[in-house]
Amino acid sequence: MKDIRAIALFVLLVGSIPFLTDSGVVLNFVMMALYACLLAQAWNVLGGFGGQFSFGHALFFGTGAYVQVMAQVHAGWNPWFTLVLSMALSAAVGGFVGALSFRYGLKGSYFALVTLAFAEVFRIVALSVPWTGAGVGLMLPLHESVSNMQFASRAGYVWLILGLVTLALCVTAWLRHSRFGAYLQAVRDNEDAARAIGVNPFSVKLWATVLSGALMGAGGAFYVQVFQYLDPGLAFGPHTSVEALVGAIVGGMGTLWGPVVGALALHVLADVTRNMFGQLPGINMVVYGCVLVLIVMFLPRGVGGIGQHWFKRTQTSTSDKKEST
Amino acid sequence: MFDLSILFASVLNGITTGAVYALIALGLTLIYGVLHIINFAHGASLMVALYGVYFLKEQLGIDPYLALPIMVPAMFALGYLLQRGVINRASHGKDENILLVTLGLSIILENLALLFFKSDTRNIETAYTLTTVNIGPAMIALPKLVAFAGALVVSAVLLAVMRYTDLGRAIRAVAKEKHGARLMGIDVDHVYAMCFGIGLACLGAAACFLLPAYYVNPLVGSGFVLVAFTIVVLGGMGSFVGALVGGLLIGVVESIGGLYLGESLGQVGIFAIFIAVLLLRPQGLFGARV
Repeated sequence: MKDIRAIALFVLLVGSIPFLTDSGVVLNFVMMALYACLLAQAWNVLGGFGGQFSFGHALFFGTGAYVQVMAQVHAGWNPWFTLVLSMALSAAVGGFVGALSFRYGLKGSYFALVTLAFAEVFRIVALSVPWTGAGVGLMLPLHESVSNMQFASRAGYVWLILGLVTLALCVTAWLRHSRFGAYLQAVRDNEDAARAIGVNPFSVKLWATVLSGALMGAGGAFYVQVFQYLDPGLAFGPHTSVEALVGAIVGGMGTLWGPVVGALALHVLADVTRNMFGQLPGINMVVYGCVLVLIVMFLPRGVGGIGQHWFKRTQTSTSDKKEST
Repeated sequence: MFDLSILFASVLNGITTGAVYALIALGLTLIYGVLHIINFAHGASLMVALYGVYFLKEQLGIDPYLALPIMVPAMFALGYLLQRGVINRASHGKDENILLVTLGLSIILENLALLFFKSDTRNIETAYTLTTVNIGPAMIALPKLVAFAGALVVSAVLLAVMRYTDLGRAIRAVAKEKHGARLMGIDVDHVYAMCFGIGLACLGAAACFLLPAYYVNPLVGSGFVLVAFTIVVLGGMGSFVGALVGGLLIGVVESIGGLYLGESLGQVGIFAIFIAVLLLRPQGLFGARV
């Protein structure tokens, strides 16, 4: 299959970077770019393929991150096991939120609002209960070893996040070619029509939320392993939700490589602005916001959709105009 | 422990805070009711208005209440231009695009503020900041009482405009039937922009009433934005009466929640209401369109 070959090539190319250089700057860049890819791809599963715009994906990110850090600090469990656990629990939170919202038929802006509200509720709860470390946060003790998922060099983290990104890519490729993926895209494009031909929109959207939650939870667990510190704002604050959705939208929703391209492009952009303007607070978020507005304004199909966009535009420019009024 | 006079003071406090919430929600519900979009930049716009009031006071020495005739038109102009110049242009007629554009705008505004004004929390001092008024056993800060009265006046003006003016009729027509309104010769883009402008003008008024008893920092809006959404959803999207009642209700819930559960956990009550209303009664208490 073409997608599998492309993914394999991607893994091979990116996976070999640590053999070519041991520069911390380069490896750090690759690691953070891949991390951004993972978040964007996780959002893409629900937002791009399912058409459900979540504005609170930090909910799943934070759940994964807190499970990862609390299971290690309080219970002393092995991080490789807790990684699976945090994905499972983020998926469960996804199932819970998805079941509630879709059972009551929330769509569009209402779904965006309810995810936002859930993330905020989790943030406030995390601030108020003792075992999350409340406002002080939780530190992950430093124990460098592979079995402890703390690597001496950045290369280990690069391979770890590459593995997670590959998982996300495989899920997305599966969505493109499987029956479930076809159902999901049918529900996105026209829910009533999909129902009429026998698709159950509730369960399809629910499972998409579960998948998306699991991938986002893995992102949270990875974050904790790298930065070894977590507080409620980092876990459930709006920043992560925004990063995930902007990456996917800039790259192109509902595509396999769009979120990868988008996240990478944004990451380069953020790095360049940081170098140009120094460490001014907020400047990279200003750039994020501008890019988001400009992309929606001029490239509604994302950077990855430029070719498609122009092709379509020349074909259907008249009918497009009619609709946009 | 259970003291009735504390409870009374708390409810009174909640009502006055809720009136300002209602003022913020009025703008949001107008924009929703007519444009059928959720303005995620509402909180950031409030932040802009608060900085406006702050600098008028600090730089030019203009009292916040006297800043009303400056802030309301200024915010109206900002809203009109934003809708006509950015949001309408970027929407391509799709709701989810508007969501994203307003989200993008809020990110830009908040971080520009962070860039220029740093994350410092600022407040202003006026002669009446610490003045209190006795109502029965409770003491209420004077600025809060003024804000309460102001919120009621603004709501009344807004209702009158919607009901008795040509603009109000045009707005209601567009809200009900966009294409029909266009055929009747109503300039729909203009009405959209007017709504957005009026929505932001409400924020300008809210900022003038709010600042004497409150503070401003770049992220101050995000604290209000979910509360405002809650009120709009609770009252029924597009309903002015709903926004007013919802605002007062949420103010009281927050105040009493804070009294019994502590400041931060008290907020959970608001979001619990929010999620419950979204799920169980998404049309809200007064679920009528404009």
